[in-house]
Amino acid sequence: MQKKPPKHLNLLEIKQPLPAVVSILHRVSGALLFFPGIPLLLSNLELLLDSPQGYAQFQSLFENPLFKTGLILALWVFLLHLFAGIRFLGLDLHYGIKLEQARLTSKIVLAAGFILTLLIGMSIW
Amino acid sequence: MVKRMVTGAHYGLRDWLAQRITAVVMVVFILCLAGILLISPPHDYAGWKAVFSNQWMRIASFLFLVSLFWHAWVGVRNILMDYVHATGIRLSLQILVILSLLFYTVWSVEILWEL
Repeated sequence: MQKKPPKHLNLLEIKQPLPAVVSILHRVSGALLFFPGIPLLLSNLELLLDSPQGYAQFQSLFENPLFKTGLILALWVFLLHLFAGIRFLGLDLHYGIKLEQARLTSKIVLAAGFILTLLIGMSIW
Repeated sequence: MVKRMVTGAHYGLRDWLAQRITAVVMVVFILCLAGILLISPPHDYAGWKAVFSNQWMRIASFLFLVSLFWHAWVGVRNILMDYVHATGIRLSLQILVILSLLFYTVWSVEILWEL
């Protein structure tokens, strides 16, 4: 007897395994880095390098706690994307294919993203 | 008998590879930049200006940004292909993404070389 496949696979009701969560986060963070990430990166780089006035403006922005919070959030999104991406590169090379390893590296990606964001965030606050 | 291979449009592997190569380029650049900023952190406008007015730094930054835009194109196109099924809307969004990335490329040149 063949087992019947599940009929209603409601993504919102089933509990996602950790590697699936990392995969979704990689997608969502990638989309956010495209927009508003890229235009924000370029406009800040322009402000930083364009003129002494722009630089002063950037500095006063940097003192703003709201801007800093936004910057740290952006950093978190970027680091999640970076670490998840490195994990995928490893999977491409057949590192960490086994289920146990895949779960472990997913945890490492989430933890590393959080901890590094926290460390850099505290150092720039 | 005509032998026909059923294959795709052949851009799949190329884009897959491009996404990974651009990713590695970006990681290398970010590590180098982080190293430079950690060793001698610029404290004022002149300091930042000095870091990015080095010709090699300009070229490396531009290479990074172009890698970023290329990487973004592959990723965003994959997302659009997965979730936007109406051909007209998908095509419009893809054109919008390409145009914005071209605009960002010109903007990057302008920032780095101050035209």
